[in-house]
Amino acid sequence: MGNIQLSKDPYNIIITGVGGQGNVMASRVLANMLVKKGYCVTIGESFGASQRGGSVMSHLRVSRSSIWSPQIPRGRADVVIALEPVEAIRVLKDYGNPEVKILSNTRAISPVGVIAGELDYPSMEEIKKSVKELASDVWFIDATDEGLRLGNPILGNIIMLGALSGVGVLPMDREGFKGVISRSIPEDKIDINLKAYDMGEQMVRV
Amino acid sequence: MSYLIDNNEGARYLLMGNESIVRGALEAGVKVAAGYPGTPSSEIIESLSKVGKEMDIYVEWSVNEKVAMEVAAAGSFAGLRSLCAMKQNGVNVASDFLLHLAGSGTRAGMVIVPCDDPGALSSVNEGESRYFARLVEIPLLEPGDFQEAKDMAKWAFELSEELRQIVMLRSVTRMSHASGNVVFGKLPVSDVHAEFKCDGFVLDPMEGIMTSAPVDYRHTQQQEKLNKAREIFEDCPFNTYDGPDSPELLIITSSACTLYSREAISILGLKDRVGLLKLGTTWPLPPKLLKKYLSMTDRIMIVEEVLPFLEENVKILAAEMAPEIGVKTFYGKNDGKIPMVGELNPDIVVNAIAQTLGIDYKAMPDEYANKAQGVAMAGTPSRELTFCPGCPHRASFWSIHNALELDGRKGFVCGDIGCYTLAILPCGFSSLKTTHSMGSGTGIASGFGKLGGFGFDQPILSVCGDSTFFHTGISALVNAVHHSSNFTMVILDNSGTAMTGFQPHPGLKVNALGDEVPSIDIEEVCRALGARVEVRDPFDLEETRKTINQLIEDKQGVNVLILRQICALSPEKKGKKKYEMTIDEEICLGENCGCNRVCTRIFRCPGLVWDKEKEVTRIDEVICTGCGVCADICPAGAIKKSSVLKEVA
Ligand code: SF4
Ligand code: SF4
Repeated sequence: MGNIQLSKDPYNIIITGVGGQGNVMASRVLANMLVKKGYCVTIGESFGASQRGGSVMSHLRVSRSSIWSPQIPRGRADVVIALEPVEAIRVLKDYGNPEVKILSNTRAISPVGVIAGELDYPSMEEIKKSVKELASDVWFIDATDEGLRLGNPILGNIIMLGALSGVGVLPMDREGFKGVISRSIPEDKIDINLKAYDMGEQMVRV
Repeated sequence: MSYLIDNNEGARYLLMGNESIVRGALEAGVKVAAGYPGTPSSEIIESLSKVGKEMDIYVEWSVNEKVAMEVAAAGSFAGLRSLCAMKQNGVNVASDFLLHLAGSGTRAGMVIVPCDDPGALSSVNEGESRYFARLVEIPLLEPGDFQEAKDMAKWAFELSEELRQIVMLRSVTRMSHASGNVVFGKLPVSDVHAEFKCDGFVLDPMEGIMTSAPVDYRHTQQQEKLNKAREIFEDCPFNTYDGPDSPELLIITSSACTLYSREAISILGLKDRVGLLKLGTTWPLPPKLLKKYLSMTDRIMIVEEVLPFLEENVKILAAEMAPEIGVKTFYGKNDGKIPMVGELNPDIVVNAIAQTLGIDYKAMPDEYANKAQGVAMAGTPSRELTFCPGCPHRASFWSIHNALELDGRKGFVCGDIGCYTLAILPCGFSSLKTTHSMGSGTGIASGFGKLGGFGFDQPILSVCGDSTFFHTGISALVNAVHHSSNFTMVILDNSGTAMTGFQPHPGLKVNALGDEVPSIDIEEVCRALGARVEVRDPFDLEETRKTINQLIEDKQGVNVLILRQICALSPEKKGKKKYEMTIDEEICLGENCGCNRVCTRIFRCPGLVWDKEKEVTRIDEVICTGCGVCADICPAGAIKKSSVLKEVA
């Protein structure tokens, strides 16, 4: 999978989620994997509210040769990775188009308004229906739940990255992933991360 | 080893804008760096502190931005290249010194890096630092991409040294916190010796005294330096033009707006019709260069954030040159094509160009846009910001709120800048009623506390973080005690500058370089100043509430209540649960209980979830940090805590 050619230049990726979910970490790992393959990557991050429960987004622009705006223009996302399901819909409203591909985690994080009973959180069925209406290809992945099973919910992000690799739109591979995480995480955590990555790849293949 | 000190020339890395600036400073051989944390600037000093030991650099988190700039200036005076970094607000704080420093001039290269926050993504203002460069008459540089952030930072030191003047390198959130590929240059081998030469002729810039007086002489010198900068900027490689020889429209831009403008031209397919003049040197503007490009066309659009700084300066030049270049039509902030508030993005620029040139552009097919809008309206509950699960501030404001309710005399809280600013929202029970700059809550409270003679009788509280206490809170407290004001200052001591990522401050035993240093005890300082001081753990809700009630009853002098509990995200706490939380579903009566669902409706820790089907509250095991506080909120005792110290893998 490591030698896939980009179908567009720049290829636009959005990773979205809620503060505290590890958005920035996921976007860094992915971007570094692509840089190692020789691409120019620009990342735009909103992490002001990242510790405190707000919606957060990372915009990645992947190009053979040039630097692009750290903010993706409206309607121009090519693939969206949602670490939290309603965030997928929120992103599609601004950046979606009929060709966009979506990978979404299924674990909901309730906004405080929902906790308080002032707002409603849609059911998973409703979310799935909405996302399918707005995208060309959709994968829903129980990433946090599987991550919990592996021992840490944060591994859900790695499962999502593995899944992204599995859908085959970007030049990502296991070796590249290993190379990047080895720089930043302790040795004894590498195996479990690789396991999560493999799981994600498998989950979109069936 | 940090990749930032990789000495392979030509090495290619993905760097955050702030890291690029750091790499540029390292390539310039920076030796002294100081700053005060503030988003989006913090990574600059933070990254330098990580390589400080290896690269032999003195790095400090200063008590505030003014002191940071003074510390850095000392480096320059002693012949060491120096840098100070801060968010935009910091320039306001440092501006008194900056004005005088601009008057005295500098010696070894000195660069100030302010990071502005257009759109206030993590600020309570979107103030501009560029105007300070014009106000205090110093050169201003603005990088337009990540590689340039590095190259320009390096050059800024050389320029400063050539002019013997401090240079401002201004960044914005979308540069500082965005990332892109950067190719490294060489790191210098430096062998410097620090010495402050001050015994020469008093007016000698390298051996005299460093001061802005005599003003007429030094001010004249200062303006000569600015003229020299203007000359240098005429052929500076950071000013570039891309487009046809006679464009229909010329866009003049700088900073992150360069990337938006370039993308907008590409989206609209206007490469042959629209020219892009990207300026890296934005004060003083080089007039010959401007004249050349302004002569190309009669229609000019200026794209920038936030205020019309470039626009005004370009217009002045255009007015002066009008006899030679003719009359121009300008588009930008003043005619409303580009908004005067908030940050820009490619779409805003696309729309401005499309409108100006009469082009029809749709970002999304109508049908899709309507469908997406409809779905989003129905299915995306908004996410209000809140304190982290397990945050001590939620507990502190819970007690403050309850104490004020119980007291019943319309008491209120004056606040300032930190995570606790969020207490203007329901997550802090909407307790904060004023929020301005660092330390200002206590200054305002000091003023309110003197209004008794006019019949003012509401209880007054101020809140202030531990880092903020040292920054400017302390001077407000001195003022209050000295003037026998009457209020209660609550110091929310969570052992670090939590909001920006736990930078050390004078209350801690460690400094930016990781050395052990003497810490300054907030409690002792407040006592020595003559305030009545109490210390509580905010997680002990009842004790804290009682103490607040006692303190606001006290009609004499200034009281200080230190609420001490470390931040939920601090490295000591993160991932460790003190309590395992469970809900006894038999006891939780939900809506049928007299509690009005106080835990999920009012206390609102994100670790608690209201289970609509079962009509009971649940604990979200992924989000709950096990602080145990909610167990004391539930009047029925349905929320149970059992002590465990659980390490998460
Ligand atoms: S970062 Fe710390 S102080 Fe800030 S909201 Fe989170 S827990 Fe509270
Ligand atoms: S114990 Fe209660 S208050 Fe503390 S984090 Fe968990 S749910 Fe929130």
